[in-house]
Amino acid sequence: MKSASRLEKVLTAGEFAVTAELGPPQNSNPEVIKKKAQYLLGNVDGANITDNQTAVVRMSSIAAAAIAISCGVEPVVQMVCRDRNRIAIQSDILGAVALGAKNLLCLSGDHQKFGNHPEAMNVFDVDSMQLIAMVKKMRDDKQFLSGDPIKEYEPKLFIGAVENPFADPFEFRVMRLAKKIRAGADFIQTQCVFDIDKFSRWMELVVKEGLHKQVYILAGLTPVRSVRALHYMKNEVAGMSIPDELIKRMESAQEPKEEGVKICLEMIEKVKNVEGVSGIHLMPIGWESITPVILERANLLPRPEV
Amino acid sequence: MIVADRKPLDEILDSIKDYKKIMLMACGGCVTVCFSGGSKAAGLLASQIKMARKKQGKAIEIIECTPERQCEYEFIDELKNDIESVEAVLSIACGVGVQTMSEHLPQAITIPGLNTKFMGYPVEHALWEERCAGCGDCVLGWTGGYCPIARCAKKLFNGPCGGSSDGKCEVDKDIECVWQLIHDRLKQLNKLDNLTVVRGPKDWRTSTNAGQRKIKFEEAML
Repeated sequence: MKSASRLEKVLTAGEFAVTAELGPPQNSNPEVIKKKAQYLLGNVDGANITDNQTAVVRMSSIAAAAIAISCGVEPVVQMVCRDRNRIAIQSDILGAVALGAKNLLCLSGDHQKFGNHPEAMNVFDVDSMQLIAMVKKMRDDKQFLSGDPIKEYEPKLFIGAVENPFADPFEFRVMRLAKKIRAGADFIQTQCVFDIDKFSRWMELVVKEGLHKQVYILAGLTPVRSVRALHYMKNEVAGMSIPDELIKRMESAQEPKEEGVKICLEMIEKVKNVEGVSGIHLMPIGWESITPVILERANLLPRPEV
Repeated sequence: MIVADRKPLDEILDSIKDYKKIMLMACGGCVTVCFSGGSKAAGLLASQIKMARKKQGKAIEIIECTPERQCEYEFIDELKNDIESVEAVLSIACGVGVQTMSEHLPQAITIPGLNTKFMGYPVEHALWEERCAGCGDCVLGWTGGYCPIARCAKKLFNGPCGGSSDGKCEVDKDIECVWQLIHDRLKQLNKLDNLTVVRGPKDWRTSTNAGQRKIKFEEAML
């Protein structure tokens, strides 16, 4: 076991894993995390605590993760390269593990242009690939990036990474996944899957390369509440693929929220049947209360004992 | 070449508001080529300043001159006498020119009239694009000649990120995704293997992180 996190145990036991997002608030109220943690407690194998997603300032992912742990929810701490250099990242990794974190998701981070401080300087001292390799080096080689030894209490983390099967160049996306595995990724969470055909084509290439046997792949899924959300993602978020028939379906829905849930449930069934998929990652984008409802209706509860 | 852009006229007017006689110092180098700081640009700016000041009832005298290069003291030292007759110098050279003036002709204050932007080249007439960030450790050898440090909004060494779409960068649809360009060029060269290597973290000491950089060419030292 790399970190013996619940997520690692579930995946290595061959169970279909479930993670879901828990977004920290834009204030310092711990009750927000505690309330959202209740939706996830016992229902997921890991709660992704986002790190200032879309470059909007929020409570620190590590602080929010510590609160989630106190509520009994195991976090997947997100760590972006946008805001910290290699010194701060390694320091925060030590701190996160000291607070009980066992999973870390490595991302480059949304560009600050999309957030509420577009005039900020970004860091990107290391990129997501280098971050993965750095965490692996700290864990497996017991060394900082500099080569200095970590004499004891090296950070034992189950290392996650992301990949977007819908970004370009399509054929390189599989090569890049292989590269993330070589860098040290133990599990992958994908960008939101709405275009199941393109996702399946990507997974076929992943399976052809045998990559699904080297890393656990969790398909990212987002339940939407309105057609507006789909329009927004289609038009404003680069690297998203939203089929037109999905937009039509949401447009003509009498109860858009229920339709969004149904679409998500259908998508869960579809990705479950795609070879090489080891689980799902739900990203309800501020609608955390729907997570237990979806998981219940998808027969993914109760979560397995591990 | 170094590419610069003129500051807004109001900012320039504000920066010289206390002076009645200035020298408008252009440059015959890079900024002449990019239209922002040559003798033509100086003529235009001088008329704009004079008109604006006349409207304000505060006439200003402007001496225009265009040394071959403002960034070399041999070309500006000969202006020493003229400098002494003015209260300030408005420089429309790059930041290097402004600083060469300040250091070699400290008799008058030198004020920048341009914003120095980047090192690049005109991809078409009157359109310049950034190409080099002067990072001090060139990677163009393995990237197929496209620079991810100067051109990727995240300075990625292992791109492209998930925001690359139809060859464009997520930050701006008018910006090409340099990682798409790198990918396509290496594919064309049959060198896609260059991208399967996990590129390690850059040593930023060669860049602007270790204090001012110097280059000494020993063989030419006197």
